[in-house]
Amino acid sequence: MMPKECDGPGVRMGILEPRQMTGDCFFSSGQGICSGFQFVEMSSRKLKSNNLKHSECLSQVQRILRERFCHQSLHSNLFGVQVQYKHLIELLKRTAIYGESNSVLIIGPRGSGKTMLINHALKELMEVEEVSENVLQVHLNGLLQINDNIALKEITRQLNLENVVGDKVFGSFAENLSFLLEALKKGDRTSSCPVIFILDEFDLFAHHKNQTLLYNLFDISQSAQTPVAVVGLTCRLDILELLEKRVKSRFSHRQIHLMNSFGFPQYLKIFKEQLSLPAEFPDKLFAEKWNENVQCLSEDRSVREVLQKHFNVSKNLRSLHMLLMLALNRVTSSHPFMTAADLMEANQLCSMDSKANIVHGLSVLEICLIIAMKHLNDIYEEEPFNFQMVYNEFQKFVQRKAHSVYNFEKPVVMKAFEHLQQLELIRPMERTSVNAQREYQLMKLLLDSTQIMNALQKYPNCPTDVRQWATSSLSWL
Amino acid sequence: MAHLENLVLCRESQVSTLQSLFGERHHFSFPSIFIYGHTASGKTYVTQTLLKTLELPHVFVNCVECFTLRLLLEQILNKLNHLSSSEDACPTHITCETFNDFVRLFKQVTKAESLKDQTVYIVLDKAEYLRDMEANLLPGFLRLQELTDRNVTVILLSEIVWEKFRPNTGCFEPFVLYFPDYSIGNLQKILSHDHPPEYSADFYAAYINILLGVFYTVCRDLKELRHLAVLNFPKYCEPVVKGEASERDTRKLWRNVEPHLKKAMQTVYLREISSSQWEKIQKDDTDPGQLKGLSAYTHVELPYYSKFILIAAYLASYNPARTDKRFFLKHHGKIKKTNFLKKHEKTSNHLLGPKPFPLDRLLAILYSIVDSRVAATANIFSQCLRCWVSDLQRPHGAPCSAECFLSCRRTFLPTAFLELPLITSLVTLQLLTLVGHDDQLDGPKYKCTVSLDFIRAIARTVNFDIIKYLYDFL
Repeated sequence: MMPKECDGPGVRMGILEPRQMTGDCFFSSGQGICSGFQFVEMSSRKLKSNNLKHSECLSQVQRILRERFCHQSLHSNLFGVQVQYKHLIELLKRTAIYGESNSVLIIGPRGSGKTMLINHALKELMEVEEVSENVLQVHLNGLLQINDNIALKEITRQLNLENVVGDKVFGSFAENLSFLLEALKKGDRTSSCPVIFILDEFDLFAHHKNQTLLYNLFDISQSAQTPVAVVGLTCRLDILELLEKRVKSRFSHRQIHLMNSFGFPQYLKIFKEQLSLPAEFPDKLFAEKWNENVQCLSEDRSVREVLQKHFNVSKNLRSLHMLLMLALNRVTSSHPFMTAADLMEANQLCSMDSKANIVHGLSVLEICLIIAMKHLNDIYEEEPFNFQMVYNEFQKFVQRKAHSVYNFEKPVVMKAFEHLQQLELIRPMERTSVNAQREYQLMKLLLDSTQIMNALQKYPNCPTDVRQWATSSLSWL
Repeated sequence: MAHLENLVLCRESQVSTLQSLFGERHHFSFPSIFIYGHTASGKTYVTQTLLKTLELPHVFVNCVECFTLRLLLEQILNKLNHLSSSEDACPTHITCETFNDFVRLFKQVTKAESLKDQTVYIVLDKAEYLRDMEANLLPGFLRLQELTDRNVTVILLSEIVWEKFRPNTGCFEPFVLYFPDYSIGNLQKILSHDHPPEYSADFYAAYINILLGVFYTVCRDLKELRHLAVLNFPKYCEPVVKGEASERDTRKLWRNVEPHLKKAMQTVYLREISSSQWEKIQKDDTDPGQLKGLSAYTHVELPYYSKFILIAAYLASYNPARTDKRFFLKHHGKIKKTNFLKKHEKTSNHLLGPKPFPLDRLLAILYSIVDSRVAATANIFSQCLRCWVSDLQRPHGAPCSAECFLSCRRTFLPTAFLELPLITSLVTLQLLTLVGHDDQLDGPKYKCTVSLDFIRAIARTVNFDIIKYLYDFL
């Protein structure tokens, strides 16, 4: 990336960031003024170093906040789940230190912090001396290990026992698993290393054939062979119904629920904490200013409104992170502190109606077809229609009332109809059979009247007679 | 980035949003970004151009091309391998069969020096096809950053809105970005951008104006409009080339090209004829009215009797059975009009489609309409069976008279011995379809699958007024 030369009496920029390519320009001179930009009457060198520091600061801010929002780094605090955390860490400690076998399920909706909880607990566990040498962790994920054989290979790999297993052929899953756990026994064959199994997307494991993996894991956790902790993470509340009877009976029925059970005041606090810079930030002055700004934001009325709207739709932290990330994108060198307007823009972006956006881009003919379908739905109360009926309705409009819409030929209208099908705005009621004619296939419209009317309001250059046709009542003829 | 602006027209705000999302090279970005918008709204082009210009490590995969799990995963891994290896080394081909292996191999490949500490972008184009592949693929890709613990961002490009992608039990929600459609001003700007160098920009812009005037209400797809612009430009330039008009004579040029464009809408736009055929027509300057599209009626030349079978089939499909007496019996007696004319607009048979009918009904209608139509000289069949069987002195090939044929039909051959092969040939031509199984106990049922315009054209050739016999046109 080449340094950019500014217009007018200016100084060459030292560092460039992608954000600055959009035209921001920060320069100084003894007398020069650039309209619309800030200017400072300082010596150019001092300002240049300030610029560097400033942009570096922002870069650091971006790095820290992005890691927090996008990568879920482990520096975040636990909000409102202290009790559950204590429960979990005690359980894990009992397995790791005292050799007790346990099983637990962590249940909570998407984005409620299950993975974060277990990672936090594991991190704390590994800090204990005697644990870090002994305990082994096996992380399985239902999205990756889609059947039990793959799961077994993965367990072998994570326990670093591939050499030990070699080319052995086992009669059953249980044999294989017990061999692996035997191999973990220490030299004197009296004690063996405790293993913590973490099963993410636990409900997907319940769909495997015979639930062999789950059965064996829970079986081992009940028998006295090796100290094993089985921690399952799932978003399904009805997970116990998915388990087979024999698996369920071996499960300890210990459940930890994460239910996002905080109210709006705590949500505000979380917002503040998520956005604030940590104490270890190198530039203390900047961090103070930033945190002050965050405090102001959290007291601003419009920001509270935005957060309230967001909170009412979904409480979980992931959607908050998305909102904050969108607002963070607007922070640049020329706009170093987040404002309420940023958050409002971000909220608007988050809550767009995507189908209305798609309707905005349709051609006039396609809009006419949608209006014809809307009228058919109104008259016949949502019964499915076919192309012939829609075309008929369109013909009635064109022949009697339209002046701006030309009477297109049937194949042209058919092509527009098929485009709507391709966009999945209409859907066939049943799969196309080879023998059926396309014009007579029954379809359903996947937009409802209010969506159509709202989209029509925003439709650019909509011919007036089309708009009138849309708003007219059934007996318009 | 003025040079980027020249490459990508009318998409400044999307470019800047994407740039700010990507952030600096080593920063984390959203684990997954979902970009949606109409076709030809620039999603693929902008993403590719931006990633190439900023020289960010990326892999571009099309889900239509890689329609199986294995193809998709292997292509991503191999492309990444190419990126990370130096130019002279020839990297070995990586094979990968499951998503689990993919995650493991991905972790290995991204350990390379050139890819470490940078965000790697995986762009999946036409992402709607991911929904039809294995169920764990889409949620897996959305979470790839978490599963592999690397700095990777997956970008999904699609026409379909995100709500239709979401799996049942939820997934990691991506950042959703909308690429708005081009306004008419934008379209004009982009289309005028690729004007051929021999003509001035204003001349071309006037042409684009006319083109958009004809096609904008029907189609706003940039790709289609570009294709049409290129195909029809020679016709527009014709008067200038021939010297009949100057470049500024917009009215004359418009009058010359507008009917041509309207004809293009009925043929090339619908892909009824190919672009090379269209260009040939323009060069030869033939009248476009004589174009034979793919669905032209004149392609099908049916034998005389088959035409009647088809007409009878159409009548059987679109008339309700209870009305047969009125149309096809010579003396139908009194029929109560009120019951008869019970019509509800929606249940007009021409709106609902053809209904199946049994073979016997077809034959009954057929005999009724053929009966009054057959002229003495019509050679329906070369010889009727009775004459062939009984009168072996008759020389071969001498035709029977039509009356003989019909009387033989009724007396000696109650089954559809003669018509059946004709009906089967109509089924092969897909003018009729067989409904249900072949070995149904109560005989086969058929359905007539031709349009009203087609059957009217056929009926005209045999001088049969089909409208008189159709219930919906009473």
